[in-house]
Amino acid sequence: MSRDIKQAVRSYVEQNFLVGSETVIGDADSLLQLQIVDSTGFLELVNFIESNFGVKVGDDEMVPENLETIDNIDEFVRRKLAA
Amino acid sequence: MATLPQLDYTAEADRICEQLRHIVFDVLNRRGMVVAMSGGIDSSCCAALAVRALGKDRVFGLLLPERDSSSSSSQLGTMLAEHLGVPYTLQNIAPTLDAIGCYSSQDEALQRSLPGFGTGWKFKLAISDAMGGRVSITKVVAEDPQGNRHEKRLPAPDYLQIVAATNFKQRIRKNLEYYHADRLNYACTGTPNRLEYDQGFFVKNGDGSADVKPIAHLYKTQVYAMARHLGLPEAVTSTTPTTDTFSLAQGQDEFYFKLPYPQMDLALWHLNENRPASELAAELGCDEAAAAAVYENIRAKRRTTAYLHLPPQLAVPVPGFH
Repeated sequence: MSRDIKQAVRSYVEQNFLVGSETVIGDADSLLQLQIVDSTGFLELVNFIESNFGVKVGDDEMVPENLETIDNIDEFVRRKLAA
Repeated sequence: MATLPQLDYTAEADRICEQLRHIVFDVLNRRGMVVAMSGGIDSSCCAALAVRALGKDRVFGLLLPERDSSSSSSQLGTMLAEHLGVPYTLQNIAPTLDAIGCYSSQDEALQRSLPGFGTGWKFKLAISDAMGGRVSITKVVAEDPQGNRHEKRLPAPDYLQIVAATNFKQRIRKNLEYYHADRLNYACTGTPNRLEYDQGFFVKNGDGSADVKPIAHLYKTQVYAMARHLGLPEAVTSTTPTTDTFSLAQGQDEFYFKLPYPQMDLALWHLNENRPASELAAELGCDEAAAAAVYENIRAKRRTTAYLHLPPQLAVPVPGFH
């Protein structure tokens, strides 16, 4: 499950924000700090998480602990699905 | 609150006017300037500088309101044109925008987030912080015909569609500006101030397009001071900056900049002068981390809007052109 979530997020990020780039992102890399996603990109990523995993991301849940890295997103999505 | 270092506005106006004469007559080989006048401080200041530089008979004013423009915009624009004594024309661009799908595309995207949105509703876009202030997310704030407020975060595709649709407004205006510029053999004026120019707050091939930009080097507070120096009417020099793009009144700092313009000016000036965040924090009365976040936001906007400044990129360079 965890591997699926991480893989899905990674391919989404690679296909949408790293087109033509050879950047390899680690599970613990900050998507913001590495300037992989900007504000619009962040909104797109949240959209992807909501539609792909069937979870709703509340405004108050848009915090680094939930969405900063692929690891964070994985934990966040699993927590939401279990709730 | 602290302010920017004082400019000598007499000398600065002279310098700009000398440059405008040189650029328009010698570099561009045009006979005058077309200025679209929204009634806002930037276009008003540009129009006044153009008149001072070239004379009122070599400046043509355009008032281009549309469905969502505030009624005061045309009034202020007209007052300014009369004050400056320039020939001008008013053309409502709402029918053109309607025909090209600006309003229907905008409404279609809004209806996906707000199913009841339709006739009689008003709306604006507003940014709010996410991710500990490192990301700005856009919300739609709408008012239904009964006066009830609705606020909703916009999904990325809807946000992008609304922005793309409203960008028609700036692009149709620029089309008309160039129509008159071509007709008169004039140059087309771009009216960004330094905040807008630096932070990419313009529409590519819309208000970002121009032959000459007289005040792109002036911070917003300096534009206000210049406008007062040039003796523009109080009604113009006391305006609050708005986007004048959405049906609900919207301050520029709600939509794009994170701070009201006097603070944004200070922040940009401190960053440009390589002053440490601690110094900006002291000026703004905030802690150093908050000032550093403002610096980072400015840098982030520069990165994400860099392409707006770029001319078309040639796959293979052509000698003699750049």
